[in-house]
Amino acid sequence: MNTVRKTTAVIAAAVLTMGVLSGCGGTGASSSSQGRVYYMNQKGENNEQFVQLGKLFTKDTGIPFDITTASPGNYEQTLKSELAKTNAPTLIGLDNNDFPNWVDYCDDLSGTRMYKDLQNRDYVLKDGDTVKAIPFVLDRYGIIYNRAILKKYFAADWASIHSEQEVRGFDALKKMVEEIQAHKSDLGIKGAFTSAGFEASSRPRYGDMLPHIPVFYEYRDQNTTVIPSKVSGKYVPNLKKIFDLMIKNETVAPTQLSGATLDDAISEFALGDAAFIEMGSWAYPQLRGKKVSDKDMGVFPLYMGIPGEENSGLTISSNYFAINSKASQKDKDATKKFLDWMLDNDGARKIVTDTMGFETPFKSYAKAGFKTKNPILRANDVYAKRNCYDLVIRPLPTAQWALTMADAMLEYAQGTGPWSKVESSFVDGWTSEYNTVHKS
Amino acid sequence: MISMAGKTISRWWALFVLPTFVAFVIGFVIPFILGIWLSLCRFTTIADANFIGTKNYAAAISDPEFWHALWYTALFTVVTTVIVNVCAFAIASLLTKAIRGANLFRSIFFMPNLIGGIVLGYIWMLLLNGVLQHWGKSITFSGTYGFWGMVLLMCWQQIGYMMIIYIAGLQTLPGDVIEAASVDGASGAQTLFHITIPLMMPSITVCTFLSITNGFKMFDQNLALTNGAPSNSSELVALNIYRTFYGRAGFEGAGQAKAVIFFVIVALVAILQNRLTARKEVTA
Repeated sequence: MNTVRKTTAVIAAAVLTMGVLSGCGGTGASSSSQGRVYYMNQKGENNEQFVQLGKLFTKDTGIPFDITTASPGNYEQTLKSELAKTNAPTLIGLDNNDFPNWVDYCDDLSGTRMYKDLQNRDYVLKDGDTVKAIPFVLDRYGIIYNRAILKKYFAADWASIHSEQEVRGFDALKKMVEEIQAHKSDLGIKGAFTSAGFEASSRPRYGDMLPHIPVFYEYRDQNTTVIPSKVSGKYVPNLKKIFDLMIKNETVAPTQLSGATLDDAISEFALGDAAFIEMGSWAYPQLRGKKVSDKDMGVFPLYMGIPGEENSGLTISSNYFAINSKASQKDKDATKKFLDWMLDNDGARKIVTDTMGFETPFKSYAKAGFKTKNPILRANDVYAKRNCYDLVIRPLPTAQWALTMADAMLEYAQGTGPWSKVESSFVDGWTSEYNTVHKS
Repeated sequence: MISMAGKTISRWWALFVLPTFVAFVIGFVIPFILGIWLSLCRFTTIADANFIGTKNYAAAISDPEFWHALWYTALFTVVTTVIVNVCAFAIASLLTKAIRGANLFRSIFFMPNLIGGIVLGYIWMLLLNGVLQHWGKSITFSGTYGFWGMVLLMCWQQIGYMMIIYIAGLQTLPGDVIEAASVDGASGAQTLFHITIPLMMPSITVCTFLSITNGFKMFDQNLALTNGAPSNSSELVALNIYRTFYGRAGFEGAGQAKAVIFFVIVALVAILQNRLTARKEVTA
């Protein structure tokens, strides 16, 4: 009797303990003799299409494909915790700013087919001479405009600009924007620009995307593509010009910017309430099918009064693939197989080009005639025809630098801080961030 | 003489404590020790850490935003602790009087507690921004706006919870003492300050402890309502630690060090508060 009771008690305790522990288990790892692909996706707007791509891959090859997409603004946090797990991501999505943080986790990709298939190998991310990350999508950004509204403006008798071709620099842009703002009710809109929101989702447009233009010219002046330890701040006054233009001619009062989101701005543009939005090709999935038709979407480069800017095209940015160097060899091989498959498979190429709307940098895509119809990317064709140079986004010292910039810009916009704070964030912030992270 | 049941318990307690104990070790003790170890390391993911001594603590202490967050949090805790407890006590004494619908009101006041912090933060952000729009501002316009926004949110959420504890306390007050006081001609204020409050000290100890630690540790409401904006001026310590840890490469250890420092501060304050209020506890 006593033994029965004892045994029951032990079992009961054991079961209870198991119950407690069950919460600690990881996700059921799909083990496969062929390894697995686990993609950590940075492009949240394309999550569904990547899931679709993964399903097709598994169907074709039998290799399991998992994907995690972080919520906006939480990418690095999610990546950090995912990488600490036993079943860590094998394929990592990265951008320029995050790259320095994860160099140690990036495998050498110089032997991969994807690297050899690149049309332009200058855009890869390297650590010394080792190829660590390969761009798989080329994004473009600038000032997207609603052509229908501009046509109305060009036709007005009070307009001093009469065609898109006349806008070849900051002065013409400024004149046009200010006239549109002044006659916003005549044009039936709420403002020339959409809200320059500084809520977390929208903040990178100002702290990161906009300063990338002066940063590009700083790199050019120093004749380098490797991150410099100092910047001169020569083009910060130009940054002020364009930023002033945006915050003085927008749909909301500058004091409300701290709470304005990216969704606010996108819906203002998509519904035809504003003529301009500073945004990039990745927003196309959210813009298409609304009030602004594809043929009405055009893009101006981010003009800010820098000498020679009439010859610049749209800003080019990329998202990169890196393979987790700490993954098992089997998983690395599976992941490479996935990359190869993406280059060769027609179904995959169709999803990437048409559904995701990606402009890819690969020879195999170009050869097979896969070219995206994304109007924001195609907008650059006009500039390419004119032989304009690309404004390439160059590495920033840290992601923190961009955050500090955004904070200072917001304070300036809402009137609670001076512009000098933006200047010092740009110049002194660069030096101190560089020293904290890169000099060690 | 130990009873039969007592004997069994004394022989078997270890086995029945085991499940909870294992959970406690896994969920608290191990992460805590690991956390202290990591605060002395440089690491990107917790799986590979290198010992670097106390450098992280130096980095943590020399960060002016950490100090700002500490003072901001201390002020926030003081303000919310006072408001939450005074209001909760007042509502509790109101609802222990014989008024119609007392139970309904109790449920309604308690309800805000059932909503998660993040959801609550976003709802209040919409509400407050809606009101502030009248003056062309938003909740993240300045750190002061954020402060009072969070105080409002915290009070709205916590008052109902503390009220329940106070109601429980008030219902167990011995009626004879209060009756004796009224027979002796004590005024309402005298009864409150000399009879009710001293007898309620155990509840007050619990409630102040909870509101102080809640105030110090507040995170999700802060994240959802202001996310520290503008320029990290509305950032409480927990959010500051989170941002340090995840904000930039190489600062994970500094964030961890801040967390350890923060733990020590909260533990000291909580112990001190417990001593102070517990000393005032009396029995009827």
